[in-house]
Amino acid sequence: MKFGIVTFPGSNCDYDAYHAVIDALGEEATYLWHKDHDLRGSDVVILPGGFSYGDYLRPGAIARFSPIMREVIAHADRGAPVLGICNGFQIACEAGMLPGALLRNASLRFVCDAIRMRVENADTQFTNRYDRGQLITIPIAHGDGRYTADGETLARIEGEGRVVFRYVGGPGDADEWWSPNGSMNAIAGIVNAAGNVLGMMPHPERAVDDLLGSSDGMGVFESILSRVAA
Amino acid sequence: MSRFRVAVHIVPRRGLLDPQGKAVTDALHTLGFSSVQDVHVGRHLIVEMDAADRSAAERSTRDMCTKLLANPVIEDFEIANVSSV
Repeated sequence: MKFGIVTFPGSNCDYDAYHAVIDALGEEATYLWHKDHDLRGSDVVILPGGFSYGDYLRPGAIARFSPIMREVIAHADRGAPVLGICNGFQIACEAGMLPGALLRNASLRFVCDAIRMRVENADTQFTNRYDRGQLITIPIAHGDGRYTADGETLARIEGEGRVVFRYVGGPGDADEWWSPNGSMNAIAGIVNAAGNVLGMMPHPERAVDDLLGSSDGMGVFESILSRVAA
Repeated sequence: MSRFRVAVHIVPRRGLLDPQGKAVTDALHTLGFSSVQDVHVGRHLIVEMDAADRSAAERSTRDMCTKLLANPVIEDFEIANVSSV
């Protein structure tokens, strides 16, 4: 399976994503420059983390108009998988591929930490290798991760099981919602209505090796693989 | 065509948590400006453009706001001023 990893000016997790696909997953990956006009046969597109266009105006606001995004949106409209991580999540929201927006962390601080979250829906093509309710530890590193949507949208995505990952367990009970960034309902990741676009603030591509602290992120990549292979 | 300078205010949508505004409010209170009720921190943009007239310039800027300059999910915008250059 071929993963296309988009590099925008200011992306900085594209190589981590490449490493996760090539070395940890053992699949094929190619970089897609933001000015490219085709996805070069990619089965899956990753919008990686970073600070595309310096986060000017709003994170993701300018990247969404990069030439490659036309192809990425068409790819998603065909029902093919798109994984937006961190800045990629912000870009996907700005592009209207996912509902809501990501605002400055409530603490006004950049948060860089290994964080626990709960898999709320294990029936998506990005999470079928996890169990529902499974607690996983994956790093976050962002300044603008406060997921925000209007009440109606929030109720809809909750009701449809589209909240895929939720932050849990600050101090005390591991099952308590707890948001490191003030995101509504402690939302860490959501899918679109069709279930083929996942946006998440945590970095699964940085959690693919126990040696580096956690391999809990592998499940995201393995889920995509098993779904398409099936 | 004439040249216009259009000033746009973009502020966080009312009712959304605005931690920057809250931090500034707290700082002002600390400085003794106890009458301050609330502060909202947003962006101020100045768009210089060519247009047939003022209303065309304003209309066009409004369009820019809905498409790029502001995110309607989280922000409100206001055309503050249109002046000839």
